[in-house]
Amino acid sequence: MKPGSKSFYRLTKPVVFVVCLLPLAYLMARAFEVAGMGLGANPVEELLHELGRWGLKFLLLTLTITPLRRWTGWNWLIRFRRMLGLFSFFYILLHFTVYAVLDQGLDLTAIIEDIVKRPYITLGMAALLMLLALAVTSTQGMMRRLGKAWQKLHRLVYVIAILGVWHFYWQVKLDTLDPTVYALLLAGLLGTRVYYARKSRLRERLRRR
Amino acid sequence: MLIRRTSDILPSEITDESVYLQRRELLKRAGLVAAGVLTGHSVFAADSVSGPSGPELQGVRKSPYSTDEPANSWTDVTTYNNYYEFGTGKEDPSRYAVDFKPLPWSVTVNGECDKPGSYNYEDLVSAHVLEERIYRLRCVEAWSMVVPWVGIPMAGLLKQFEPNSKAKYVRFKTLYDPERMPGQRRQTLDWPYVEGLTIEEAMHPLTLMAVGLYGRELPNQNGAPMRLVVPWKYGFKSIKAIVEISFTSKRPRGSWERAIPSEYGFYANVNPEVPHPRWSQAKERPIGAGLFASKKPTLMFNGYADQVASLYTGVDLRKNY
Repeated sequence: MKPGSKSFYRLTKPVVFVVCLLPLAYLMARAFEVAGMGLGANPVEELLHELGRWGLKFLLLTLTITPLRRWTGWNWLIRFRRMLGLFSFFYILLHFTVYAVLDQGLDLTAIIEDIVKRPYITLGMAALLMLLALAVTSTQGMMRRLGKAWQKLHRLVYVIAILGVWHFYWQVKLDTLDPTVYALLLAGLLGTRVYYARKSRLRERLRRR
Repeated sequence: MLIRRTSDILPSEITDESVYLQRRELLKRAGLVAAGVLTGHSVFAADSVSGPSGPELQGVRKSPYSTDEPANSWTDVTTYNNYYEFGTGKEDPSRYAVDFKPLPWSVTVNGECDKPGSYNYEDLVSAHVLEERIYRLRCVEAWSMVVPWVGIPMAGLLKQFEPNSKAKYVRFKTLYDPERMPGQRRQTLDWPYVEGLTIEEAMHPLTLMAVGLYGRELPNQNGAPMRLVVPWKYGFKSIKAIVEISFTSKRPRGSWERAIPSEYGFYANVNPEVPHPRWSQAKERPIGAGLFASKKPTLMFNGYADQVASLYTGVDLRKNY
């Protein structure tokens, strides 16, 4: 079976899909105390934080596809990018749902006050709305309809990733080690893009000469 | 008919804690085995539920200052807290303080007092009657617990050092020993941890030097062998593993105040009306209530307003956060 062939995708896509659901399955098992597992003394906070982290992890993974493809020449990777991006949206939407329902008890006044008054929540909310726009326009039909604008719109993913990591960083009380790791990984991923953009511009110039 | 007020009953009396927990553990394990059979999964050891452990303290008196709200479980109190000396995660203290040996322990007393010196733990504690104080605890991070501390009223302890008229504040210091406290190997806070109170706050009858929990010696992760408990202030004021008590004329600056002065002040009184710059303090999440419990409103001075509000007449609590 050749990577990139139809049968390759038919086999690997469902596998990747299921693997992407494993973090959720694990969290659910902990939430419902399956087999002696648990979410600890503050289950709402644990669930909220874990879902947020997984959202960010999937976002970083999505941003890894392009540099990895360039580096290895494995062009078939691109066909997994949308799925990973949508899973990022999925986990972040769950993160927001846990915040709104379990943490805030759907107290709209409190939620709006949070969004307006707490900068880290403002950032997170902005990122979620942008991510929603990308999720909605992720279909083949939308790609076709939007044409060139699609790519421009989907460059928002860089802004979303920066806001997301920033949201994490600002929320932490003092020990910023974890968000710093995410920030460095993101910086690396964005850095490769700057590098490739420069290289291709240079090549362009050389060719014109 | 004899009606006992709930607060007259020690949790250790009602509980038969170990029996009760053993029963729960048994049920849980039975459930686990069933779940294991059903799903074909191996059964994890359910070490998440365990009863109070450690040497029992003798001669503990009940106190009218105790709340009659139900106390959090031993597991909640001993596995979820902030104690950066053992790591910044909530479960880090329970994990990394296991091998900490608190005794022998001595406390240096200095500053504006007539009886400075070095006092060992036994001499400090044995002269006093131990009291159980079931207090609400409100963390600055907007979660809360009810904790059955055992300790000695701070006023009685401090008076034996005979503070003089220049003693306006009391500064407490935590042990600095990165060998024994692995969290101190990283510069998260400026070690050693320091906290302070006004002399009036320190002498207030609610202020406690805790040496126990659930009728037992204080577990390492909760600040063994002795820690401050000031129930109307955010938890970070209640400094753990105290090795130094200083009477000062100048206001001490606490570790959190030094780290982020715009977010953590000297007073740190629980106040639902003054938000932390990054989150609201209007509500709190009660620990142990489970995934689907709602938050509850935070009370002024954590519900101790009747006893302590008079300490702050004329003080702008918005400015003096």
